[in-house]
Amino acid sequence: MASIDTAQSPPRSFSFNDPVVRGVIYQVVVAVLVVVFLVWIVNNTAINLKAQNKTSGFDFLWKTAGFDISFTLFPFDRTSLYWQAFLVGLTNTVLVAAIGIFFATLIGFTVGIARLSSNYLVSRLATVYVETIRNIPLLLQLFFWYFAVLKTMPAVRDSLALPLDTFINQRGLFVPKPIPDEQFVWVWAGLAVALVLWLVLRQWAKARLERTGKRFPVFLGGLALTLVIVGLVWVVSGASVTFDPPVLNRFNFKGGLELPPEFVALVFGLSIYTAAFIAELVRGGIQSVSHGQTEAAQALGLQDGDRLRLVIVPQAMRVIIPPLTSQYLNLTKNSSLGAAIGYPELVNVFTGTTLNQTGRAIEVIALTMLVYLILSLGTSAIMNWYNARVALVER
Amino acid sequence: MTDIAFVRSEIEKAQPAPRSQTGLVAWMRKNLFASVSDTILSVIAILFLLWIVPALYGFLIGRAVPPGGTVEQCRVENVGACWAYIASEIEFFIYGFYPMAEYWRPNIVFAMLALIGLPLLWPSAPFKVVNAILFFVVFPIASVVLLSGGMFGLRYVPTEQWGGLLVTLIISVVGISLSLPMGILLALGRQSKLPIIKTLCICFIELIRAVPLITILFMASIMLPLFMPQGTTVDKLVRALVGVTLFASAYMAEVVRGGMQAIGRGQYEAAAALGLGYWRRMGFIILPQALKHVIPGIVGNFISLLKDTSLVYIVGMKDLLEAVKTKNDAIEWASPTQSVTGYIFAAAVFWVLCFSISRYSRYWERRLNTGHKR
Repeated sequence: MASIDTAQSPPRSFSFNDPVVRGVIYQVVVAVLVVVFLVWIVNNTAINLKAQNKTSGFDFLWKTAGFDISFTLFPFDRTSLYWQAFLVGLTNTVLVAAIGIFFATLIGFTVGIARLSSNYLVSRLATVYVETIRNIPLLLQLFFWYFAVLKTMPAVRDSLALPLDTFINQRGLFVPKPIPDEQFVWVWAGLAVALVLWLVLRQWAKARLERTGKRFPVFLGGLALTLVIVGLVWVVSGASVTFDPPVLNRFNFKGGLELPPEFVALVFGLSIYTAAFIAELVRGGIQSVSHGQTEAAQALGLQDGDRLRLVIVPQAMRVIIPPLTSQYLNLTKNSSLGAAIGYPELVNVFTGTTLNQTGRAIEVIALTMLVYLILSLGTSAIMNWYNARVALVER
Repeated sequence: MTDIAFVRSEIEKAQPAPRSQTGLVAWMRKNLFASVSDTILSVIAILFLLWIVPALYGFLIGRAVPPGGTVEQCRVENVGACWAYIASEIEFFIYGFYPMAEYWRPNIVFAMLALIGLPLLWPSAPFKVVNAILFFVVFPIASVVLLSGGMFGLRYVPTEQWGGLLVTLIISVVGISLSLPMGILLALGRQSKLPIIKTLCICFIELIRAVPLITILFMASIMLPLFMPQGTTVDKLVRALVGVTLFASAYMAEVVRGGMQAIGRGQYEAAAALGLGYWRRMGFIILPQALKHVIPGIVGNFISLLKDTSLVYIVGMKDLLEAVKTKNDAIEWASPTQSVTGYIFAAAVFWVLCFSISRYSRYWERRLNTGHKR
């Protein structure tokens, strides 16, 4: 009789048919190939750089950039350093992305809801918008807005006057600039206090609803509270806002806020393009909530507003929000197309001008990619956290 | 009892529905003027249409200069689209700087694409295997030989001279045909149980998806020559192709992975229980179901790829968009509506391509719908 030990664990002979053995072999082969490939690339790069007499390293960031940037949020001139140019590009990217996201969301939700409208004309117009915009490359749309629309605007002297002291011409959009005086900090403080009180009010109303069943109009109450507090503070502190309108001088507008045509075209193009995709998400999200949910909510006796707010919208949002964030991310990445129409964002300032001047291709491209990588990974981390929070709890 | 005067033996015909329930009036009442807010919206929409339709008609047709017109006709005040400009430059938009005497070569490639490619898209066309071999093996080789020449007595045409729609189509077709298999491999790698392969695939996919296509194209056009051994030069078109394909395959991998995750574990286990090896399990059981789930996603990626080919303009390639933009600055056709007309033309070309792809995917969705959908 064989011993019990051998019967329980038969001798594991080495066999190529064993999936575990094969798995190890495959991985070793792949790992070796990848390492060899990387070594080959690094070696080639080192030889190539040496042959071209190029140095490497990030020390160039502390050298004088020596170029000017047409649109900056903070002072930048020829004597500034490369890392400041990097920062200018980064802030310009973030600025245009933030404004683009705001308008894209606004247009996208409007069009998405319009596509579901029972009104034939409205839903058809929304469909035409989505199908037209989605199927035309963004770069082409940017060129259209920039070269075919904004660049063919009249010269400064014959600017088109729009309402509210706004002018549009070849050099961009000129809007009045609000100038708050020193007392205006108090108004901001008042606004902050009011918003905190709004949150407190919401908590209180919720607690009361659960205790007594009585409702309290939180939104209207909160709005009234904010308006009263801000209004009172404004009057008492004597704060005031003066508007500095753009005035046509002999050659150009003086005063006001000047938005260059590159910026306007980029915001226009990005918002209109991304809005078409957001509209489709919104439509899909609302349609994904089955009609039974509406009927069930009605059967529970919920009012119209509550039905939307408590039953339909939360379920639709669970479907809409994850792809919505990736659309926001796409918009941020697409803002790099601003480089093609001369908007000084990260790719233009850094991968364009800086790379050309310093020749540090690897460092510059790596740094640019790192910025987008951090933005993306950060967003997806937040998204995963949100998804875990709203995911259906299944037993 | 028998004095019943009249007994109906047939059912009387139903009366037509009341006038208010049928016809145009009822349709309008239901779809346009159902409520006060609906009526307001409809009025706004009608006013908008009354403004935009005549304006568009006037610009595109009414006041436009038809093909064959002269540049002087385009240079008047308040002129519409200058189609004469498009018509006179159409060859540049299609072929770029490709030598005029050799236009027949790209023409043959276009014809081959239509003759070999379209039957492949048509499910009931016969000889699928032969057709696929023709398209994936013979067609690429024949196209490269024909377009670049340098053998069989054909004049050599460097890729710098290729341009316009030709380049746009080359990049899209190559990108589409390479990115799907690469994406499937990456997705399989990401779902694999082997830790090293899985990590490599995840890193590649996430890195590519996190950065904009422009930076990848910059990397391909600036850094690829640095990575190669000294003395080797990589053709500019190939650099762009590498960048676009890598980018698209990472997105494709995520779509395919989504489809694979939508398939129940039972399918994997049943395939394993049948004693099939890994590649047969994937090829015969998992992937056919997974890919069917994600056709809209795959086609969406194809459409984005087609649109994204316009970005190669930024790294100095001469695609359709570049051709249009170059000619928009041409002095001989300088007129108030020159650039608008050019961009409308390019937009129309892209729109027709993308829209027909998306219609085609609807067709496949219906065809593959095996009734499992709720």
